[in-house]
Amino acid sequence: MLARIRRFFARRGVLEVDTPLLGATVNPDPYVEFFTVPDGGRRHYLQTSPELAMKRLLAAGSGPIYQIGKAFRRGEAGRLHQPEFTLLEWYRPGFTLDRLMDEVAALLQVLLGERVAGVTTFTYGEAFREFVGLPWDAPLTALRSKAAALGIPDAERLCGDEQRHWLDLLFSVAVQPRLPASKLVFVRDYPACMAALARCRPDDPEVAERFEVFVDGVELGNGYRELTDVEEQRRRFQHDLRLRCRLGRVVPPLDRAFLAALEAGMPECSGVAIGLDRVLMLKLGCHRLSDVLTFPLQESS
Amino acid sequence: MATYSTNEFKPGLKVILDGDPCVILENEFVKPGKGQAFNRVKFRNLKTGRVLERTFKSGETIEAADVMEVEMQYLYNDGEFWHFMDPNTFEQVAADAKAVGEAAKWLKEQAMCTITLWNGEPIAVTPPNFVELEVVETDPGVRGDTSGGGSKPAKLETGAVVKVPLFVQTGEVIKVDTRTGEYVSRVGK
Repeated sequence: MLARIRRFFARRGVLEVDTPLLGATVNPDPYVEFFTVPDGGRRHYLQTSPELAMKRLLAAGSGPIYQIGKAFRRGEAGRLHQPEFTLLEWYRPGFTLDRLMDEVAALLQVLLGERVAGVTTFTYGEAFREFVGLPWDAPLTALRSKAAALGIPDAERLCGDEQRHWLDLLFSVAVQPRLPASKLVFVRDYPACMAALARCRPDDPEVAERFEVFVDGVELGNGYRELTDVEEQRRRFQHDLRLRCRLGRVVPPLDRAFLAALEAGMPECSGVAIGLDRVLMLKLGCHRLSDVLTFPLQESS
Repeated sequence: MATYSTNEFKPGLKVILDGDPCVILENEFVKPGKGQAFNRVKFRNLKTGRVLERTFKSGETIEAADVMEVEMQYLYNDGEFWHFMDPNTFEQVAADAKAVGEAAKWLKEQAMCTITLWNGEPIAVTPPNFVELEVVETDPGVRGDTSGGGSKPAKLETGAVVKVPLFVQTGEVIKVDTRTGEYVSRVGK
């Protein structure tokens, strides 16, 4: 599988890069926990993804780049999760999200072969309406009733007043399992509140230029038209760090090196991360990530 | 008070939910891309036997339950309690009708049962998978007809009523699967 990936990118002129797993700081995403590594009086961090390092390379003029490497996320273990897993991440300066999605589809079709019969695309709004039966921007009371009707226990406790939590919950429970089977399914045009590091559409700030790709309800990848505005990025980082603090989570240092690179200028680009263990799992017809990992740390039940 | 965090959840774990001892049947970790993770968990309430589902934020904790399963021998019942003894320690416990439940109709002296103990108290009794019981009352049926087809009710020495083939007679001992309540075979003498 790895050889196929390398051939794919070699043919397209995308350079393979290798960035450190151990860093002076880490992405402050409030919903991704990281491992800290004590070193004398200092603290290092195992990377949860190569994103920030690869964007620094882009700002330095690397051109299109990809990386196959390990990522570490604390507290994630289950049928589809392991604390140490393999990501394929790549960035395409000058690509629109559409063009990147085509490339993702091409690669996944090479890797999955007959496991998937074709590609289907929904916007987030379409998928939500079709499989949940509501528009995604329906009022919270409607989302609450829907969760109750679907028999999701404890939804109120989980989601509170946060629309994005309700959307995530309903999407995971009602949309993902019902997406068309045995196909590459792209979901695009996410609501702005779920933008993460994506920029919002210049012509429609309610929509984030983000997509996810699924096969049989398993999320394989997450892609973005990358945010290049350093001030907006700084604001999002600060928001995340404050939220981490409020939630009682470890607060890593602000990644000044990354912000400096962004300030120096990162080209307009689209990027995507794919979970390679999940791709292998699907290809081999296995049902758990631990089935395709050598000596997994967490034996999932 | 011992607790478990969601990242320790796995089938077989005994916990307290709403004051009742429960066992985890299934645990699913769900993480939406860039969203908060949660665990969807199916439990069986060990007191009521009912299956329920709950969802937890990743990292939440719940109370551990002091639940054990012990193999014990059925001794007798005094009309109010069913008495069991651990053949290794000779300790005895008394289970009430609620804990014994459906098992009551299969219990014969000395039967080895699985007793679920919560904080040392019996809350559930599981009879052995198979029991051999004498038929105390049944219609004559058709003597000698061993070709199968057709059945009749038969009352067993414990009071249970089971459907048996027509050739089974009063006084015979039959083997019953307690999980389905169905006749398995005659037990030869």
